[in-house]
Amino acid sequence: MNILMENFGLLLEALGTTLLMAVVAGIGSLILGVLVTVARVSPIPILRAAAFGYVQFFINVPLLALLLLAVFALPDAGLILPLLPTAIIVLTFYEAAYVAEAVRSGVNTVGVGQIEAARALGLSLGQSLRLVVIPQSLRAVVQPLGNVMIALAMNTALAAVVGVVELTSRVNKVNLVYAQPIEIFTAAGLVYMAIALAIGLATGWVERNVAIVR
Amino acid sequence: MAAESNTNRAAAMVSLESVNKHFGDLHVLKDITLSVQPREVVVVVGPSGSGKSTLCRAINRLEPIDSGDIRIDGHSLPTEGAELAKLRADVGMVFQSFNLFAHRTVLDNVALAPIKVRKTKRAVAEAEAMELLERVGIAEKAHHLPAQLSGGQQQRAAIARALAMHPKVMLFDEPTSALDPEMVGEVLEVMVSLAREGMTMIVVTHEMGFARRAADRVVFMDAGQIVEQNTPAAFFDNAQTDRARSFLESVLSH
Repeated sequence: MNILMENFGLLLEALGTTLLMAVVAGIGSLILGVLVTVARVSPIPILRAAAFGYVQFFINVPLLALLLLAVFALPDAGLILPLLPTAIIVLTFYEAAYVAEAVRSGVNTVGVGQIEAARALGLSLGQSLRLVVIPQSLRAVVQPLGNVMIALAMNTALAAVVGVVELTSRVNKVNLVYAQPIEIFTAAGLVYMAIALAIGLATGWVERNVAIVR
Repeated sequence: MAAESNTNRAAAMVSLESVNKHFGDLHVLKDITLSVQPREVVVVVGPSGSGKSTLCRAINRLEPIDSGDIRIDGHSLPTEGAELAKLRADVGMVFQSFNLFAHRTVLDNVALAPIKVRKTKRAVAEAEAMELLERVGIAEKAHHLPAQLSGGQQQRAAIARALAMHPKVMLFDEPTSALDPEMVGEVLEVMVSLAREGMTMIVVTHEMGFARRAADRVVFMDAGQIVEQNTPAAFFDNAQTDRARSFLESVLSH
């Protein structure tokens, strides 16, 4: 317990970095994921193909490989960003693919009659998607999206590998000094569990409040 | 009267000229020509699979056609895009399965399109939506979600939603076919009152009683063709073709 108290400030700062990554990449991936879904169900073939390619690429390449690529290869190509924003951007793009898959399964639950009714009233395709299809799709996939968000929060730990000093990286550094891995890593594990639990509870609350009765 | 309204294409609210449509190998609409005059109520009847629903859906291009010409108030149906949306806004549509927006209250369902398509101010649109809901008899359900309403109430809400756009013509695609028998009457009442007020209506239905009470003209379809059309009295009491007579026998015998 002493170790944790002695390093409280550093650990708290690291936890802050972890939460910042999770929140910013979480919001970013939700927005980007919905846009990818819209492209995927649009009637424009090139948009559909691009969205399909996007999802396939990010689902079929490991996050660690993407992080390494972004941190080491992009600067080589002349694209230099600070470490933390780079990691957040990679996480956002990566998780957006999973968000898009979840939301697309929600789109499939919206009956074709809903779209026909919207179009028959004179709403444009964009309006029909924005006002009728996407809101219903999102309500149908609150739980799967919550799971994607939990996975995202856990995946922030991979950023430690490329040098972002977030929670995992910090406890690792602390352990190098004190060599008490059980205490230190157990504490970190409990913090990650608490984050997952918080997301899970929030998901349940949202689910209860927006679920559509059919 | 039927013959007369068919020749009067220029003044027609809805006119179809040599319309053809295939689903794969199935020729669902065969050379359909039909004109509907302003304030006219045309009821389309026929056996299942006769193409009457497809005909109804083709009129606002929910089903694109293969050949022919469809005009609404003199304007040919545009292909996809803003022009088509604009034309659809003037054509009310009521579906068999209601298709109310499941995540919005009944009031929102009715006020949505006026606000988003007609750019009506929200307060004005909602006030008018309330009036319409009152007219169809479900004002007390305004703040409920569609799933909390009975089928008959949902269909009346769907009619109010279509009316909120002040359509030039209303299309009804089997509006009572998904309803429990005891709820059919309340929906038909609303439709009859609309017809009395002079709304131009095209109604695909199996409700022969409604056709008798409210139709100016009955169009009988079979196998993708308009087989005969006449006033309700003439059609029901003195059908001209064998196909119409055998259809009437089968639907009126029980």
